[in-house]
Amino acid sequence: MLVYLKIFRYNPEAGRTSPSYDTYNVEAEPTDRVLDLLEFVKAHMDGTLSFRRSCAHGVCGSDAMRINGRNYLACKVLVKDVGREITVEPILGLPVLKDMIVDMNPFFDSYKSVMPYLVNDEVPANGKERLQSIEQRERFDDTTKCILCAACTTSCPVFWADGEYTGPATIVNAHRFIFDSRDKAASERLQILSGREGAFRCRTAFNCTEACPREIHVTQAIAEVKNAVRSGVEN
Amino acid sequence: MVQHHQHEVVIVGAGGAGLMAALYASKAADTAVLSKLYPTRSHTGAAQGGVGAALGNLEPDKTDWHAFDTVKGADYLGDQDAIEFMCAEAVPIVYELEHMGLPFSRTKDGRIAQRRFGGHTNNETKQPVLRSCYAADRTGHMILQTLYQQCIKNKVRFYDEFHVLDLLLRDGIANGVVAVELATGDLHVFHAKAVVFATGGHGRAWEVTSNAYAYTGDGVAITMRRGIPAEDMEFFQFHPTGIRRMGILITEGVRGEGGVLVNGKGERFMERYAPTVKDLASRDVVSRAMNLEIKAGNGIDGKRYLHLDMRPEIVNKYAEMDGRKNPDGTPYRVTGEQLLAKVPDIIDFARTYMNVDPITEPMPVQPTAHYAMGGIPTNMRAEVLIDSKNTVMPGLYAAGEVACVSVHGANRLGTNSLLDILVFGKEAGLRAAEYAKGAQYKPLDDDPTAFTREQLDRLLKNTGGEKVVTISEEMKVKMMDDVGVFRSEAGMSSAVDKLRELRQRYKKVSVEDQGRKFNTDLLNAWELGCLLDVALVTAAGALARQESRGAHAREDFPKRDDANWMRHTLAWLDGDAVRLDYKPVAVTKYQPMERVY
Repeated sequence: MLVYLKIFRYNPEAGRTSPSYDTYNVEAEPTDRVLDLLEFVKAHMDGTLSFRRSCAHGVCGSDAMRINGRNYLACKVLVKDVGREITVEPILGLPVLKDMIVDMNPFFDSYKSVMPYLVNDEVPANGKERLQSIEQRERFDDTTKCILCAACTTSCPVFWADGEYTGPATIVNAHRFIFDSRDKAASERLQILSGREGAFRCRTAFNCTEACPREIHVTQAIAEVKNAVRSGVEN
Repeated sequence: MVQHHQHEVVIVGAGGAGLMAALYASKAADTAVLSKLYPTRSHTGAAQGGVGAALGNLEPDKTDWHAFDTVKGADYLGDQDAIEFMCAEAVPIVYELEHMGLPFSRTKDGRIAQRRFGGHTNNETKQPVLRSCYAADRTGHMILQTLYQQCIKNKVRFYDEFHVLDLLLRDGIANGVVAVELATGDLHVFHAKAVVFATGGHGRAWEVTSNAYAYTGDGVAITMRRGIPAEDMEFFQFHPTGIRRMGILITEGVRGEGGVLVNGKGERFMERYAPTVKDLASRDVVSRAMNLEIKAGNGIDGKRYLHLDMRPEIVNKYAEMDGRKNPDGTPYRVTGEQLLAKVPDIIDFARTYMNVDPITEPMPVQPTAHYAMGGIPTNMRAEVLIDSKNTVMPGLYAAGEVACVSVHGANRLGTNSLLDILVFGKEAGLRAAEYAKGAQYKPLDDDPTAFTREQLDRLLKNTGGEKVVTISEEMKVKMMDDVGVFRSEAGMSSAVDKLRELRQRYKKVSVEDQGRKFNTDLLNAWELGCLLDVALVTAAGALARQESRGAHAREDFPKRDDANWMRHTLAWLDGDAVRLDYKPVAVTKYQPMERVY
């Protein structure tokens, strides 16, 4: 089938200083990934088209893009899912550097601000694993799936309006440790997220949950963090 | 513009091996990590089924059994001293990961859960053993995230999206690397006392692969261009269960949980090829069996694929026939819900990419190019070796898939790659820092970026002529057809000729993007040059090896030949010529035996 691709272009270095769109007609299978189409355009039609990608099956988080107006990983959405007219744009709310490539540093800086690592220096005297029940492990399973692709944060209308908002992905990664029975720094993370740009900036739009390619219940995780800020954590 | 940096230890690559090296090196020395991606994009994150360690959490297991299984899986080409070291280190290093916060799946009594995997056995009963420590089917993701989290905690210095293009040497000692910063196009010289390569593999040389776009053999190619040999490159693993045509990995854990391979006649054919462990034989054995079934016309509808069936009723039927028991002695039975909890990502991949629900339908699969057993020669201290006498190059280390210790020999067991990156990543970090603390910075040459500029300028200045995509596709098809699961003299000769032709044509390759910022067009072209170099030594090493061993299966030499070939290949690339030499395998207590599963 013939697919009509409309792709966002921006490259000040080459004189494309204002955002515009290029269009390409590409022969595709319904089961092709949108990433396959971008690779085809780059290989055969325009080598200057620029985007990030690596694993090509939805686990590395490189290729979050806005496809027909909503965030996907380009490698995890197929032509049959989005139709024959496909518009590809960079994710919103982070500075665009070139075509689909955005500056990810603000995103990772926010992530690093919530102590995204286990805090607990005590280990069993026998050197073996700490015990954790299946139920305790299940408590934070959903948020361990995050691949830091930024699809959630850059789908959030609060983040679009206020780039200082810590964003859903950061809260998800705080959640992953706050509800881990082995961790000892929940109160510090909750303190960080109780601030003006923290969890309560969330207006429960659910865009993040819809955008997450890992199907994490992002809005629910944020709600659980809000509750924990108010009334503490029960592990 | 060229920028200069100085760090005692420079680590190239930020997957599991690079991050583990970084955690250990940064405790003792000024350390920097360079990655052409963001660290969390590294291919370690795609590993699924688990990391092997004889914890014995659910049934008796021993480090010695793990070592023997690895030696046997390697078809007696692994260095046994290194294998014994790795399998002994496995147990404490898995506990260390748990201490770092890795969210392992748990047993009913709260310990690390373990599952069956191909080639891992109870050496007394010969039956599969629960050895793979897992976090659902996301074990690599959890390892990558956990190690990155620890690096943040320990304030490790990262240079994200810095693509290393050259290794710097002075008087036979490593003293730095050259990288291009993707965001600016600037070249950066990193002056170092010790350099660690942890750049991963090169499965992108084949048409159907489980590997990321980033897996282009950079590390082996860069070191070969600086006169360092590559070891055992002819051994490249095809994983039995890639998604048909796409090659995306379906973990062996599916078979560990009871899934079976089925041919077009509805037969569970592995019981004919590996009567004892059946679907859980080593990957080389299973991939060959699949190709033989397909060749015999037993593919699904006669086509070039088979079914991987994990429907609960099928799993339970064969578990009953095999008499499979749970650790508590009750019969092994599963429900769809339990399988969903054990391998959730696999079910997601199947639904997304194949439109198949594995709980109600079988999955179409075919062998997929997966893992490089060969790579930069190292010893078990992760020091790089430059000849058949095992001479060490001071200041240079390698770990993970890019390295050849060799712990995987002719065929790697599932779960041993995650183990390898942890154990030898740690060694590389410890040894590099230790060396750096006792060493001076060796002066840089006057123009350290000359060789890098020469390579990039040629690609940028070429006009017309050849396209990257054409050469790349011709290479991938040739490697798939003639340097794949089964090989022959005629096929490999023609592959060597074809790769020589492609390397000539590559000299005329041009790139369209003439900019500096995020010039992925240019870097894709540079990566193709790496793949061509790596593919050529792979084909040349394979052609020379006149036997069948592990992943190297020759139609014209179907038997293993220990008298002549129980030795490692070393390959040097001099222009278009590949020079080969050989060195002995380290043997401790495991004498070669016939390999049956």
